[in-house]
Amino acid sequence: MSNYRIQGQTGDWEVVIGLEVHAQVTSSAKLFSGASTAFGAEPNSQVSLVDAAMPGMLPVPNRECIRQAVRTGMAIEAEIHKWSRFDRKNYFYADLPQGYQISQLYHPIVGEGQLTIEADDKSGIPEDKVIGIERIHVEQDAGKLMHDQHPTMSYVDLNRSGVALMEIVSKPDMTSPAEAGAYVRKLRSILRYVGSCDGNMEEGSMRADVNVSVRKVGAEELGTRTETKNVNSVRFVMQVIEYEANRQVDVLESGGTVDQETRLFDVATGTTRTMRSKEDAHDYRYFPDPDLLPLVLEDDFLADCRASLPELPDAKRTRYEQELGLTPYNARELTAEVETFGRFETLLAVTAAKIGKPEAKVATQVANWALSVAPGVVKGLGEEANLANSTPEAQATILAMQDKGEISGGQAKEIYEIVLREGGDPETIADEKGLKQVSDTGAIEAAIDEILANNQDKVEQYKGGKDKLFGFFVGQTMKAMQGKANPAVVNQILKDKLG
Amino acid sequence: MTELTKLGVKAIRDGVRAGDFTAREVAESFNSAVAAAAELNAFIVTTPDHALAAADAADKARADGKKLGAMAGVPIGMKDLFATHGVQTTAASHILEGFEPQYESTVSQNLWDAGAGMLGKLNLDQFAMGSSNETSYFGNVASPWRKDGTNAAMSPGGSSGGSSSAVAARIAPAATGTDTGGSIRQPAAFTGICGIKPTYGRCSRWGVVAFASSLDQAGPMARSVEDCAIMLGAMAGFDPKDATSLQMDVPDWEGALSADLKGKKVGIPKEYRMEGTDQAILDSWEQGKAWLKDAGAEIVDISLPHTKYALPAYYIIAPAEASSNLARYDGVRYGLRDLPEGAGLQDMYAETRAAGFGDEVKRRILIGTYVLSAGFYDAYYNQAQKVRALVARDFEQAWAECDVILAPTTPTASFPLGSLEDDPLTMYLNDVFAVPASLAGLPAMSVPAMLNSDGLPLGLQLVGKPFDEQTVLDAGLAIQQRAAFDHAPEKWW
Repeated sequence: MSNYRIQGQTGDWEVVIGLEVHAQVTSSAKLFSGASTAFGAEPNSQVSLVDAAMPGMLPVPNRECIRQAVRTGMAIEAEIHKWSRFDRKNYFYADLPQGYQISQLYHPIVGEGQLTIEADDKSGIPEDKVIGIERIHVEQDAGKLMHDQHPTMSYVDLNRSGVALMEIVSKPDMTSPAEAGAYVRKLRSILRYVGSCDGNMEEGSMRADVNVSVRKVGAEELGTRTETKNVNSVRFVMQVIEYEANRQVDVLESGGTVDQETRLFDVATGTTRTMRSKEDAHDYRYFPDPDLLPLVLEDDFLADCRASLPELPDAKRTRYEQELGLTPYNARELTAEVETFGRFETLLAVTAAKIGKPEAKVATQVANWALSVAPGVVKGLGEEANLANSTPEAQATILAMQDKGEISGGQAKEIYEIVLREGGDPETIADEKGLKQVSDTGAIEAAIDEILANNQDKVEQYKGGKDKLFGFFVGQTMKAMQGKANPAVVNQILKDKLG
Repeated sequence: MTELTKLGVKAIRDGVRAGDFTAREVAESFNSAVAAAAELNAFIVTTPDHALAAADAADKARADGKKLGAMAGVPIGMKDLFATHGVQTTAASHILEGFEPQYESTVSQNLWDAGAGMLGKLNLDQFAMGSSNETSYFGNVASPWRKDGTNAAMSPGGSSGGSSSAVAARIAPAATGTDTGGSIRQPAAFTGICGIKPTYGRCSRWGVVAFASSLDQAGPMARSVEDCAIMLGAMAGFDPKDATSLQMDVPDWEGALSADLKGKKVGIPKEYRMEGTDQAILDSWEQGKAWLKDAGAEIVDISLPHTKYALPAYYIIAPAEASSNLARYDGVRYGLRDLPEGAGLQDMYAETRAAGFGDEVKRRILIGTYVLSAGFYDAYYNQAQKVRALVARDFEQAWAECDVILAPTTPTASFPLGSLEDDPLTMYLNDVFAVPASLAGLPAMSVPAMLNSDGLPLGLQLVGKPFDEQTVLDAGLAIQQRAAFDHAPEKWW
């Protein structure tokens, strides 16, 4: 239980949150037609006869969309229904050509599942928490109305009409904006791991309907909830909850009642307002779509779906900690995004091969490089950095040189900077620019002998117990070597000589 | 030359193949006959050039020594529920007036691929809703038949009334029909022709304006069982664009036709002996039994106990589906748009649909909307679906005792146009014998049996097991041979 509370005039209130996330299924074709689903195309350029609901047109389920929904269900450890059915949700709107949306009310394809959000003290999530998922069903998206094309008319773009959505319905298990935010982020991460949704909230590939109610702390019964539609970022989801919870507390404390209604979020003001009240609620007249047979999933199909699942975020994070020995922080950062772990795992493999050590032995070095060193250099260069030059091969070469003691950490950064700016082989760069450490014991020993001879007094003092002088000798040696001496070698020789 | 219009599908096909006449001669004959029959109002639009082009293609193929398709040289009428590329497709409604699809329905395409040509688009009850062809926006269709000694225009049945009228009047050798709750069989019975609704899923619904998706099924209407077998063979087939299409090969129904029913059992359902059925109909049923017995079949009494609930269930399920299927006619993308000055979206919907749909269509949309509404869904729609399952189970149990069922097609013969205008319930009763097979998705056919005392045709219905169109056709052929129904309406148009 989070400790998120609204402090009202009459006492403390807690918030109950449920989310319905609509995730656009990654598929080249729509749910029931062969039309393309690419984002950003010319209006009405990706509309089949079926999407435009021409007379006599019929829907035929796209197997790939079904497959993605099943894989998603498996990724949230949910029950997969081998028998499901499509229903029609009937209502009139200009962006809904059929006059009904094909959805799944009575028999969704995916039943109860769950995901875990991680403890995050800073955000007020004291410990890991399991959030229940009620169901996932697949349905068609609607088109889009454009009101700014003509002074008196609205235009309709049907490119999105018929695109497959998964509606992922959580249980009312969240109790703070932070938990809801963590839930959306985790869900997005899972979807992106599975590859069933690109998770692009700006393009509308993922949006949430946010259900919020409040009740006095300790109360058993749930309060009346409102549903705020189509919220398209994690930050906005959290804002909606914050605003709605406070608004509802105000309403209740001033003696009013919360209306069960649908609300809209105003991004500009961060507030919500009534979209339609319960009295105006549609009677959707759901009934089984007679154009479609029930969806029956065979065991082979399910086995293929399961076999195609990648390692999921929780499993990967655990493996990073336990097998690669990474810190919990590094493990979490590296597994949060598909791109991040993808780059990390490639770099890790190439680096381990180059160095000739097992991955676990170099993982920490690679993780620090990937999470902190490399991004720092890239950031410092700004627009000068050409990321195309930053190949796994080049980075692994730098890391290998560092591992062998050929270059220092500072030199690694310098070399990487040149690679980013100009490209080229890091070893050649190191040679040409003289960016290498001297590990030649002869040269270092000669320099040290000279320094010790010129500083007899300090040698005596050191031997007399003034340990701090060791740093002075190291500094002098490095200075004499123009900073290119391998510090480890310098330390070792000095220790030997000074006894 | 006019003699050619007396020919049916098989005779035309064989004659063209043999070179007895050209396909062009046939098409020209029928085009002329269609042009001269405007009084029947069987066609909404005529397409003589389409018929001629297909005929010329058939003639050329023959001259080139190529194999001719199953329907090569046969010009047909196309019910105006099938989308035809570039040819107005209206479902006999105002809301689709002027709509020219940029696609061709699978069934019509199959027919063109088999070499058929199109004489025109046939009138029908609006959105296939009606049993008398009085709900068309383009006017009533008249049957070519009249009661002996009267001039009153008679109903050709519905909804495929343009099809039945045209085929009975010999202005088309055959026509497509669609059957949701009897719309092929009832008009066939009213006009003394044959018509078969195949097993649900045999003919693709892709490109057919939907009435009630779980029931709609296309089929041929022609003047002989053989012609129906040939044409059904050309229409049917798996279509990946229709998720309810049957993934089965199309049998050679024509080739396998046999009127020998030895070893077959014909079921006589006692529940079809309903009050209000004409004595002449009951007599024809008795005659039908005798004919089938004569063909070698054994006659057995069977029971289909839920028969009387079928019609009410049908009039819940079909309107429910229709209310949703017809939501797309909203004035937004195609067809009629009625947008008063300064009006908003809701006004546009209301005005467009008020002006675009006829009364019967509105009645069914209202019924359908009602039975799906919150609070009524379980009492009506769900209950009707349970009844539907029971009706289907009745048939399944009957198949343990018989191979095909014989029953009347309709409770009465045709009636004068206008006589049931204000009595929708009696009108709905026309389909009482047809609807059970529709609810169960079974193949069912009407074949002409005889004329009644008024000189009007009566039909007999055969209902078969799922996918067993063959036995239905075979039994139809046995009746056809014994009934020797060669009556034709006297030309008055």
